[in-house]
Amino acid sequence: MGIRERLSGNEATAIAMKQINPDVVAAFPITPSTEIPQYFSSFVADGVVDTEFIAVESEHSAMSACIGAQAAGGRAMTATSANGLAYMWEALYIAASSRLPIVLAAVNRALSGPINIHNDHSDTMGARDSGWIQIYSENNQEAYDNMLMAHRIGEHPDVMLPVMVCQDGFITSHAIENIELVEDEKVKAFVGEYKPAQYLLDRENPISVGPLDLQMHYFEHKRQQAQAMANAKKVILEVAEEFYKLTGRKYGLFEEYKTDDADVAIVVMNSTAGTVKYVVDQYRAKGLKVGLIKPRVFRPFPVDELAEALSKFKAVAVLDKADSFNAAGGPLFTEITSALFTKGIFGPKVINYIFGLGGRDVKADDIQVAYDKLLEIASTGKVDSVYNYLGVRE
Amino acid sequence: MAYNLKEVAKKPERLTGGHRMCAGCGAPIVVRQILKALKPEDHAVISSATGCLEVSTFIYPYTAWKDSFIHSAFENTGATISGAEAAYNVLKKKGKIQGETKFIAFGGDGGTYDIGFQALSGAMERGHDMVYVCYDNGAYMNTGIQRSSATPKYADTTTSPAGKKIPGKMQPRKDLTEIMSNHHIPYVAQTAPIGNMKDLYEKAEKAIYTPGPAFLNVLAPCPRGWRYNTPDLMELSKMAVETCFWPLYEVIDGKYIINYKPKEKVPVKEFLKLQGRFKHLFKAGNEYMLEEIQKEVDSRWERLLQLAGEA
Repeated sequence: MGIRERLSGNEATAIAMKQINPDVVAAFPITPSTEIPQYFSSFVADGVVDTEFIAVESEHSAMSACIGAQAAGGRAMTATSANGLAYMWEALYIAASSRLPIVLAAVNRALSGPINIHNDHSDTMGARDSGWIQIYSENNQEAYDNMLMAHRIGEHPDVMLPVMVCQDGFITSHAIENIELVEDEKVKAFVGEYKPAQYLLDRENPISVGPLDLQMHYFEHKRQQAQAMANAKKVILEVAEEFYKLTGRKYGLFEEYKTDDADVAIVVMNSTAGTVKYVVDQYRAKGLKVGLIKPRVFRPFPVDELAEALSKFKAVAVLDKADSFNAAGGPLFTEITSALFTKGIFGPKVINYIFGLGGRDVKADDIQVAYDKLLEIASTGKVDSVYNYLGVRE
Repeated sequence: MAYNLKEVAKKPERLTGGHRMCAGCGAPIVVRQILKALKPEDHAVISSATGCLEVSTFIYPYTAWKDSFIHSAFENTGATISGAEAAYNVLKKKGKIQGETKFIAFGGDGGTYDIGFQALSGAMERGHDMVYVCYDNGAYMNTGIQRSSATPKYADTTTSPAGKKIPGKMQPRKDLTEIMSNHHIPYVAQTAPIGNMKDLYEKAEKAIYTPGPAFLNVLAPCPRGWRYNTPDLMELSKMAVETCFWPLYEVIDGKYIINYKPKEKVPVKEFLKLQGRFKHLFKAGNEYMLEEIQKEVDSRWERLLQLAGEA
């Protein structure tokens, strides 16, 4: 039996980090993730963790210090949002290609400009091809649980990739919810010791990290990196199974909510899934067959599994909390439609809504607009507009 | 123990031969000598900024580094090595690793004075037990001799070319050693590979074995960028010091010590005339440039004498 608590998403993340007790945390404050290094530095100040906290002078240095620490043989963690993540960009790719399983708590916030502190997914969506595993969290419990699973996934010898655990800024990071924590000792046993095969501080076997890698070998290294991401899918499910045995909480690549007999479905990530579930229940009460698919793992992209799950619907709306500015659709939408096409699934009509940019409030009414449109498409078979915006003045 | 070149030369090389740095380049000579200052029983984690040194010493699948080495990017060497040092402190406390490990970062003037300045400043201010070594060759040599904030005034570089209207770089050189001294860290020194390398070796030893952050600014001539004959490397380093263009000094806990005062300061043009990048300064009508450079060298030297209480 876990410990019942009431915590914000940031507090829950910081407590997960305390229980993980990493060797190094390097972080720079940025709203709305600032509280994570704040809480964590108080754990350091009170001596309840063994961690060295590096109060770096920028996010670029935060990720760079994590690279140095992880390559040295330690377990390194950081937290950031929006421009902070953007400032890390270069180092994110280096962390992934150096196969360093750093863990980053990403508290999603709209990327400048214009500057805006509220939630959307433009920050982590921009980092989607950086080679990091990306796991998204609907609520505080999921943010906490995903954090506990992150090291096990990233550090698996078949994976060795950094992991980003995402949650919605303010909506979950600052809202206090009931949560069930795992006991410290159980977390310690579950996460385990970090035992890298090669590391800088192994004086008997010194290594060099980060070579100039030219035409003869670069491509092979990139191919290995791509394979590691493919391998991660199985590992994510294995770790989730073990976590289920520990806590009774079940996680997959995505969650399906009332989809068994559904005609139409919305696909959406993070906290908006909670609002969608509320609307699904309302529509179900009226006898309307609507459902939800909530991707949890965006990298690796569950291409086969999502295509299979979506194949049974007549109409699907993909809700993107980030725009791609490609005049074609948001990032989640284009990947989902690509998945359906390449798997030869042409049944469902698929539309896209860009929503909630810059923290624009997403109400049940907005979700109803999407479901009503889907039900209309399901009955007429006609799609008048594929790429749409929800809740914006035009 | 007094410095003995023969004894030091017997110590094993920690940057092995076979790397691809140019003949007549100052950087690998500087690096080898600094690494010789490590106690043989001590392990080192060495980091380098992107630059000539990095791309010529660690080309997959070969490495010239006998200690552990990490390169991550151009501007983040100070941060990368500080992460490794922090991990060392924890792992040592936990009893997971044994023995002494020292942390040494190398960057050219591009990676140190300019793009890596923030990460360097942050790492020094945070007090990591590390040495940051700038091998200063006064331009971005790796990308093809572009001006940096370490480039001397009037030098001809590919982004400050000596043209018909503008005679080379128009701004004076940033004084990074002074800036690092103002970080109030335990040890800051300026040195160059001259003579039997005593000054460089002794400063490296102090920097490595002084607890806390240390900074070394080492002049490292570049035959491509400075345009000199490769065998003239040592002569150039010597002239930089004899003219007081590059004074040898150290700042120990805030106290300035000038390590070498030429009996007679050689005019700076003797240093400049050895280098193709200053060729245009010696054309008729450009005497004012030489005078201006001499004036600047004199005033910086005077200021240093004052700081050392010798004026």
